[in-house]
Amino acid sequence: MANLAVKIGALDLKNPVLTASGTFGYGEEFAPFIDLGRLGGYIIKGTTLNHREGNPYPRMVETPSGMLNAVGLQNKGVDYFIENIYPRIRNIRSELIVNVSGAKIEDYVETARRLAPLDDVGAIEVNISCPNVKEGGMAFGTTTTGAAEVTKAIRDVYPKTLIVKLSPNVTSIADIAKAVEAEGADSVSLINTIMGMSIDIERRRPHLSTITGGLSGPAVRPVAVRMVWQVAKAVNIPVIGLGGIMNGRDAIEFMLAGANAVEIGTANFIDPAVTMKVIDFIEDYCDRHGVNDINEIVGCI
Amino acid sequence: MKQVKDFRIIETRHYNNMYSRLRLRPADSSELPEDIRPGQFVQVAVETPGVFLRRPISINDVDYSANTIDILVRKAGKGTEALLSMKENDTVNILLPLGNGFTTEGDVICGRLLLIGGGVGVAPLLYLGRALKDNGAKPEFLLGARSKGDLLQVAEFEKIGHVHLSTEDGSVGEKGFVTTNSVLDEKIDMIYCCGPSPMMKAVASIALKKGIRCEVSLENMMACGLGACLCCVEDTVKGNVCVCTEGPVFNIEMLNWK
Repeated sequence: MANLAVKIGALDLKNPVLTASGTFGYGEEFAPFIDLGRLGGYIIKGTTLNHREGNPYPRMVETPSGMLNAVGLQNKGVDYFIENIYPRIRNIRSELIVNVSGAKIEDYVETARRLAPLDDVGAIEVNISCPNVKEGGMAFGTTTTGAAEVTKAIRDVYPKTLIVKLSPNVTSIADIAKAVEAEGADSVSLINTIMGMSIDIERRRPHLSTITGGLSGPAVRPVAVRMVWQVAKAVNIPVIGLGGIMNGRDAIEFMLAGANAVEIGTANFIDPAVTMKVIDFIEDYCDRHGVNDINEIVGCI
Repeated sequence: MKQVKDFRIIETRHYNNMYSRLRLRPADSSELPEDIRPGQFVQVAVETPGVFLRRPISINDVDYSANTIDILVRKAGKGTEALLSMKENDTVNILLPLGNGFTTEGDVICGRLLLIGGGVGVAPLLYLGRALKDNGAKPEFLLGARSKGDLLQVAEFEKIGHVHLSTEDGSVGEKGFVTTNSVLDEKIDMIYCCGPSPMMKAVASIALKKGIRCEVSLENMMACGLGACLCCVEDTVKGNVCVCTEGPVFNIEMLNWK
């Protein structure tokens, strides 16, 4: 059987399959359906310095081949996570990565600083790309200077693997990727959701309470594959690809475009066991194509 | 324990052009989850163009001796329309059982219980009524619809307990909405309610005014059904909580409906 292990910064993942933040809760929700320990890793929900209630309902609408969401980073804050959730999930035998978000640079820095001592959190994924919070979030991710500034500030306090999650809502995602690489990011993940909008024509009202939201699902996949391909050519750090991966075929597509690892997001809502099927497919693909090491196929386009 | 598996449609029953009941059995002949509670729901995967997410649907009834589960489907859009066009022997992938369920035990069920349903909202009340009866309670039902032809499963409800009816056109039972039915003038100790949101809010306001304990089943739009996506939240006294895990059944005291 092929070697599926991949390296992201200092993290050794047993395979390239991760779960995308905000689509996998804290992992426990999926324990009835899958062996969490078989995942390459899982990225838990966006965590902020303080408790956030998120946006008002309605937060979600189905769209062609996808969905718009406007959850708005609802979470109980980093201290609650450390005290109440981390002890429950730290022993799952899969890399635990915490997604970090914030409104101000100081918030990102303080959240990262508090997560740094946790032995079983090997990396953080910094979200500079959330389209659903008024302040911060995507604001940092849409300019090279903003992205560089927040990356540098977190790099100073966070010694472990630092992944920066990029927004597709920009003119040149490769330039943003280069900017965060220059400030010491160990990896970039992309894409976060694409900003979108949907209207209920009978009521003449937007479907979401926030009017706009983030589009995910297979509708965004070709955009994501293209961006992964562009970014992989522009940087020397590992790239994590995501955006509408529904099955193993899609995961391989991202890896051929240049992703060293992939995240499965919205697909978890349709099939809670999809991640296991993706791993099975990758194993089978390697066998069928005579691939001895999954890293051989990364970026061969 | 939650499961995701294929179910075979073993019987379809079309009540009218809007409503059908599908009777389902695990396609691999495995047993149903043993702990399905009244008020819980399933997420059905509908494979048809233009439908992406699963569709949450109430559990109408469970028959453990026959290893079957019933769901009542109302034509509401592309997803439910595709589901209604499915035939016996077709299979559907289902995630179940989800959510918390109604209160079916304790002192509260010793009083006079009224189960109020409107439209497709009658669905969970059948299994609930049966469970309450099995636990020694005497559930009564108050069912409402636009017209006689829109009332569903009345004969089944009558096998469990007394049924009060309200129709908007007066074609059967009292004329008007469930909220104007005279049974609500009598002493009621507990109300269980499922139906359109305006109806549930009206019932909740009556229950609050009269100090009647009341549970309602919400139908917020959801994606995962597992408490992971945080899309289906309801604003409660505890803040935004997931209807799919902390609901769909809520005591009205929990809700910010006042």
